Amino acid sequence: MRYHPLTNSDRAQMLAKIGAPNIDALFRDVPKEAIVSRAKFDLPDTKGELAVERALTRLSAQSTAAGSVPFFCGAGAYRHHVPAAVDHLIQRSEFLTSYTPYQPEIAQGTLQYLYEFQTQVALLTGMEVANASMYDGSTAAAEAVLMAQRVTRRPKAILSGGVHPHYAETIETVAALQGQVVRAPVTPGEAEDIASMIDDQTACVVVQSPDVFGLIRNLRPIADAAHAKGALLIAVCTEIVSLGLIEPPGVQGADIVAAEGQSIGNGLNFGGPYVGLFATREKFLRQMPGRLSGETVDAEGRRGYVLTLSTREQHIRREKATSNICTNSGLCCLAFTIHLSLLGEEGLTRLARLNHATASSLADRLIEIPGVELVTPSFFNEFTIRLPKPATDVVNQLVEEENIIAGVPAARLMPNDPQAANLLIVAATETTSEDDCTAFADALAGVL
Amino acid sequence: MSEVRFTDQHEWVRLDGDQATVGITKYAAEQLGDVVFVEVPETGRKLGAGGEAAVVESVKAASEVYSPIAGEVTEGNAALAADPAKVNADPEGEGWFFKLKIADANEFSKLMTEAQYADFVKGL
Amino acid sequence: MLNNQGRKTSIEMGAPGSATSTDLPTISGDRGLDHEEGLIFELGRPGMTGVDIPQTLVSDARLGGQRRKSAIGLPGLSEPEVVRHYVRLSRMNYAIDSGLYPLGSCTMKHNPRLNEKMARLPGFADAHPLQPAQTVQGALALISELMRWLTTLTGMHTVAMSPKAGAHGELCGLLAIRAAIEARGETRKRILVPESAHGTNPATAALAGFVVDEVPATADGHVDADALEAKLGPDVAAIMLTNPNTCGLFEPRILEMANAVHAAGAYFYCDGANFNAIAGRVRPGDLGVDAMHINLHKTFSTPHGGGGPGAGPVVFSKALAPFAPLPLLTHDENGFHYLEHRDDLKADKKPFGRMCAFQGQMGMFVRALAYMLSHGADGIRQASEDAVLSANYILASLKDVMSAPFGEGPCMHEALFDDTFLEGTGVTTLDFAKAMIDEGYHPMTMYFPLVVHGAMLIEPTESESKESLDRFIHVLRTLALEAKAGNRTRFEGAPRLAPRRRLDETLAARKPVLRWKEPAPVPVAAAAE
Repeated sequence: MRYHPLTNSDRAQMLAKIGAPNIDALFRDVPKEAIVSRAKFDLPDTKGELAVERALTRLSAQSTAAGSVPFFCGAGAYRHHVPAAVDHLIQRSEFLTSYTPYQPEIAQGTLQYLYEFQTQVALLTGMEVANASMYDGSTAAAEAVLMAQRVTRRPKAILSGGVHPHYAETIETVAALQGQVVRAPVTPGEAEDIASMIDDQTACVVVQSPDVFGLIRNLRPIADAAHAKGALLIAVCTEIVSLGLIEPPGVQGADIVAAEGQSIGNGLNFGGPYVGLFATREKFLRQMPGRLSGETVDAEGRRGYVLTLSTREQHIRREKATSNICTNSGLCCLAFTIHLSLLGEEGLTRLARLNHATASSLADRLIEIPGVELVTPSFFNEFTIRLPKPATDVVNQLVEEENIIAGVPAARLMPNDPQAANLLIVAATETTSEDDCTAFADALAGVL
Repeated sequence: MSEVRFTDQHEWVRLDGDQATVGITKYAAEQLGDVVFVEVPETGRKLGAGGEAAVVESVKAASEVYSPIAGEVTEGNAALAADPAKVNADPEGEGWFFKLKIADANEFSKLMTEAQYADFVKGL
Repeated sequence: MLNNQGRKTSIEMGAPGSATSTDLPTISGDRGLDHEEGLIFELGRPGMTGVDIPQTLVSDARLGGQRRKSAIGLPGLSEPEVVRHYVRLSRMNYAIDSGLYPLGSCTMKHNPRLNEKMARLPGFADAHPLQPAQTVQGALALISELMRWLTTLTGMHTVAMSPKAGAHGELCGLLAIRAAIEARGETRKRILVPESAHGTNPATAALAGFVVDEVPATADGHVDADALEAKLGPDVAAIMLTNPNTCGLFEPRILEMANAVHAAGAYFYCDGANFNAIAGRVRPGDLGVDAMHINLHKTFSTPHGGGGPGAGPVVFSKALAPFAPLPLLTHDENGFHYLEHRDDLKADKKPFGRMCAFQGQMGMFVRALAYMLSHGADGIRQASEDAVLSANYILASLKDVMSAPFGEGPCMHEALFDDTFLEGTGVTTLDFAKAMIDEGYHPMTMYFPLVVHGAMLIEPTESESKESLDRFIHVLRTLALEAKAGNRTRFEGAPRLAPRRRLDETLAARKPVLRWKEPAPVPVAAAAE
């Protein structure tokens, strides 16, 4: 088999050296009744590359690629253009097939790009320190809540109604174990009065901006209200490109930022792998979960990097660890770092402006259609419109009749909320063309 | 005349009247390696005998430091925050962790003497 | 005819220090193909960019008063500069593609390139997780097929696909166990964890709200089954076992322990990190396992990527299946789709919640399925046999010069040594490992498991040729013999030949510097003098 270098002659020699008569002898500790013959597995035999390619290509063809049709889905994952150089670089053997940098002398490549990544995340979010990534934005948000509960020694987390429901559910699944999670109800397109809900049992308030409907939130007054009661503000962001145009959470008083970095360097990938960004204030450093790459010197005085403050982590602290997290997003971090290095200040700024302009112009066209209202008065590259009929039906009709993927019906995320039934969440990025927008606007007018 | 006693968790205690000073032993400091971080208890905290009082971290390990006797913290060694290396340089002197006002001197006399601790360490 | 121009055609070997020796310091500080490389922040220039994006004017009208007021501070580089920067960084890394990676418990097997090609097929790579189900039937069918392989190989009832890594999978498993116990109307707070367990096990148990109770190991490297059984009681929720265990041994009393655990009303969580030893030959379901995470980045070859991303789907027994987290993949007359909300479910399904947004690490699913289809059940069985054979070959070839605490019998896919053989030499496990770096090898897993002193855990995997194994064995033999002979030259101050010498981890922890900061400007007056 093409991936197995040992020959039968090798195997025989190795068994002889070991002194075992056959391979079964090496499995002698396994109870006889637990050993299963190959025949027991209802699975096929070895296949060559060609056969595997055929099988998977056929499946891929039964899935519509976002880039092949007018496409407007967002709601936590965004289609952006990733420059060709990124994918080439991340496939270099030394990045793709290396392990966690526990032996820093032969892992300076990884440690240095993580240090660059940490710096980029801190700069983007306006925070003092960032870690070397979490799995994704939703688990980063859950870990942020746990951290706030540890730091404040209080049990309650209050979630804004604008937090992505998947994120809210993820937070509830984990943080409710250590305390209490309360969700504030919200009217789509408005900011709820979350400040008045904060009390002396509140560890943190979690606010997403732009929120799940696309609305840009003003975090400063919420930060002030939280701090006045000894609570922390956790700012969540699912579209990191927005920070190229909007005030970062750090400047607005956030204590922890939990964000999804997928938009930079990483494709949609049907939900994963993505990259969680996690940043906080220097004074909370030791309570921060996740890996950290730190600067130091080697025995010859040369600058180098090492994993540091590892005693917070599972392999040392075990049950007293800040988190059980063992991996980070490795290659997805690298893709993020390379893409952001290519963009630079000028590129990211232009990209953000282009995104907003594209979305804004699309919004203008859609609300010209009778019956369509813009629900979110402010937004970055994603907004919500109210239709005169259930959005799910409209989206299905547009898929079936026009081959247009018109966005995410809010009911997909909040099926029990009667406000959501007629709401459609629409995203437009630099990959959305004029023709796409025209097709969408014309088709939508046609079905309403 | 102050006396020093030891615990099997490798803490030392020096008693002057009702004022106890607590730290970790030379053996513990050597086992830990270079100390990088120390968290000492705040003044006023009440500790039970065997209660978790402080945390000491090296690059490769983190350890709780327990209070050998019950008492109320009168001072945590603030110098260790800026210079955790003191714990390695002078663990049984300047590397002290915290001071306690104790209630019961009997608890102190139940601890190991220097000779007993030396034997204990030999057996490890 | 005679070319009396140009260069000489023979070479001169140089004595050290002579103009032709390799010890001459260079002008640039770089040495041949080994380049030093600064940070991108030290290389960029304002206004430069590596991506051409048109300029757009944007009004404030729809920005909610939140337009960014200050610069971000990112450096600007062109594409050639970025490419060169990251290529140079890559060359400072060891990787499976460059050499044997004997990391015990990590399963550093070859990462097939077909997997990378398949993961980039547009129907998978360019599909949005919230696209209407009818537009992603191919992607959903792939996930369904992978689920079938995972449940078939493990002999389990269902599989939860959403956990993003092994540790995340452990949490998923424990939360399902917690939910199952609550559904019975009971409260059980204790989880039994062997002292040889990987750190994620107790960390996850604590995170899930349990109290950890450690079970000791026996002198022959197994979990003390008697001690385990004595600790069982009505307050024990589960045991967490790794099998084969972290000493590289199959637990011979596993069936007995599983039965005792179930009889006590508790559940059996299995850490699947070592599944590569038994895949295609033993089914965890037959061992009484209730939940097991599978590290796709270990057993199923998805690349380690310098630390991630991973994927940790969790297989469940029938008893725990009802509690599997959202979303649930289902198939009906309309095809495949996800059930994402409790209200969509029939009464028999009681998910404990949601592990993360969307449905899991699709990119890793495609790679893992490509691996599985390539291998087939026979290839997977062969992989496990070769992995176990190679580990035993290393054990047999080295146990006379290195000390193997459990070297009497066969090991599974990894061989455990300790530092007994280094006693009195002044060489530690760490020194030994660093000397391996100079020999062109990534060190094995060190100081884990904690149940032996100075542990060295070697897992070669099935991806090494016999020549590669023999070379590795020869180097370790020679190092061991030199250490024992009192010859410390190779160990002192190792490594010498890597891009960096040993790094000061104490400094990094005492004075953490975790990001680049703009240096303070030099005062003008000083410059003018």
